[in-house]
Amino acid sequence: MSVRYVDAIRLALGDALERDPRVFCYGQDIAAPFGGAFKVTKGIAERYPSRIINSPISEDAMTGVAIGAALDGMRPVIEFQFADFASIAFNQLVNHAATTYWRTGRPCPITARLPVGGTKGAGPFHCQMPEAWLAHHPGLVVVFPATVADAYHMLLDAIACDDPVMFCEHKNLYNHLKDQADPRDAPRLPLGAAAIRRHGTDCTLVSYSAMVHTCLAAANDLAREHGIEVEVIDLRCVRPLDAEAILESVGHTGRVVVATEDWPWGSVASEVLALVTDRAFHYLDAPPARLCARDVPIPSHPALQAACVPDAERIIAKVLETVSY
Amino acid sequence: MNKPIHKLAPALRVAHLRWMIRARLVDERLAALYRQGAIPGGSVFLGKGQEAFSAALGMHLRPPAPGRRGDVFAPLIRDLAGRLAFGEPLIEVARTHLMRRTGVMRGRDGNIHRGDLDRNILPMISHLGAMPAAVAGMLLARKLRGEQAGADMDVGATAIGDGGMQTGALHEGLNVAAVEKLPLVLLVADNQVSYSTFSERTYACADLMDRAIGYGVRGHRCDGTDADACLATVGDAVKRARAGEGPQMVVATLLRGAGHGEHDDASYVTVEMRSRFNDCLSVQERRLIVEKLVSEADIIGWRNEVTAEINIAVAQAQGEAEPDPAQEDWSAWSSRDLARTLIDRASSATAGTTATEKKP
Repeated sequence: MSVRYVDAIRLALGDALERDPRVFCYGQDIAAPFGGAFKVTKGIAERYPSRIINSPISEDAMTGVAIGAALDGMRPVIEFQFADFASIAFNQLVNHAATTYWRTGRPCPITARLPVGGTKGAGPFHCQMPEAWLAHHPGLVVVFPATVADAYHMLLDAIACDDPVMFCEHKNLYNHLKDQADPRDAPRLPLGAAAIRRHGTDCTLVSYSAMVHTCLAAANDLAREHGIEVEVIDLRCVRPLDAEAILESVGHTGRVVVATEDWPWGSVASEVLALVTDRAFHYLDAPPARLCARDVPIPSHPALQAACVPDAERIIAKVLETVSY
Repeated sequence: MNKPIHKLAPALRVAHLRWMIRARLVDERLAALYRQGAIPGGSVFLGKGQEAFSAALGMHLRPPAPGRRGDVFAPLIRDLAGRLAFGEPLIEVARTHLMRRTGVMRGRDGNIHRGDLDRNILPMISHLGAMPAAVAGMLLARKLRGEQAGADMDVGATAIGDGGMQTGALHEGLNVAAVEKLPLVLLVADNQVSYSTFSERTYACADLMDRAIGYGVRGHRCDGTDADACLATVGDAVKRARAGEGPQMVVATLLRGAGHGEHDDASYVTVEMRSRFNDCLSVQERRLIVEKLVSEADIIGWRNEVTAEINIAVAQAQGEAEPDPAQEDWSAWSSRDLARTLIDRASSATAGTTATEKKP
């Protein structure tokens, strides 16, 4: 059996709907027969017609409805058609969902599914990474599954989590990332734990989302071509951040490079560098480095777009620079 | 304009007047506490002039009770009267304004942001227009669970002003309620001024009620300074929502009787403008005295009773503990140690409602 990333998300939604009557899905174009812009709910929408519900083009209200439903005992899963449009719901997410537990002591268990990241030619408003502005706000959990197994387990954990979880699924992984094993049989990590995807001793390479796969490709090249063993950390959850996992790795490699698809300014990458500088300064043998998207709105032309996002070649160059410092 | 569909019972009118008196006196005490510097920071925001409209809503809603989930209320800034009539205890008004740890918001949020989910009162956020969607979500939850069958539904009520009516969020929330045909009641207090900006700079339609047809909801209108009109019109709207007629929007024309908050003297509201609006409370007191439903002595007696209750509540709250930074649980997340703990999906899935943090 071959399970794609998108299938794993669909499988998790189906299992959640099957097991827990409090779960329902709400979003644009997700109902049967269409099943969502990326076909995530296709097939299950037919099985649960009353619990997979189309919303109007009203991201703010969609999120507000989820908050209210959660406070009334439900486990809503909302789908933003593209993560970019979550900016319309910024207020409900950061001022309403994120503050509810702190203000009232009552958790606000909503799951927001956000299709993130660049796809070819999709331009400035369908390729964004929302983590910097979401993760900035205390109260939100922001996760990025990078594997088929994580797509399945982390979505079920997001729905079971009592806090509002921003479930960021990368559009480039939907159909391209495949696993031969059933994700349900794969081991499950805690929702907030980072995972070491490749062990190494020479440099820590921190990433999340689809960039993890670019980092793994770069790491394999570095081992083959240069004899450099890179430790690749998949953050999985960027807020709260698994600081211990990062610090432990940097503690034995003494070097760190962070590679992300997001912009550099005030980002998860800068937060990781701040953490390492604050708490592992004396372990460092080279300046901590980061590679982020070019600091411009995302261009539409594929050549321009490709020039904006770190690729394996640039990651290799940055690791070599760090290792040879 | 909808004609009232029922005659108002004298007892109901008297009870309404008493809620108005109660709210006015509480507001006056809050203003006094603010002027004394007893309110920690910020300002206080009063419902003066809007008591008739707001209390009418609170009285027609059914709070939760054993065996009954009850209606949901997301009050806005000027809904003290509605809150009290819906069952909010005076002590919670005092505790939250004085930011006591014992209060439902535990000093983490204050004044009109207070809410009590155990009492089905949603805590508003400052961003106007955000609450109708949340109320719609609570009603949708009940609909999905099959609890809203028949002609006696739980309703969800919330309020907005002529200012907040212009937000995108309000538009989205009311539209969603209409699409889902939810029993949502929206009170629109057209109080002439949003902070200091008058209606002609706020909206260009002839009448905010005209928007009801555009949303596909039933519109109602009343004179917000006429307590009987408020009681009848809001009662009709709640009744229709409960009976399954979908969202109801009630627009009341009235004048904000105070500044935006007590930090604001509202000097921009002219004498001429003030002269065009009656005070709902004094009009209704006179009317019920003339009709011999109440006497002046009754009113004086009630005022004294309420004043004594306020004194007790304020004194009690002032004697209670303030939040202590050293004792505070400084976590914005209810989940702890997410990196090391597996979420228990099974217990989460079987829990009837989500866990609630223990109140001090």
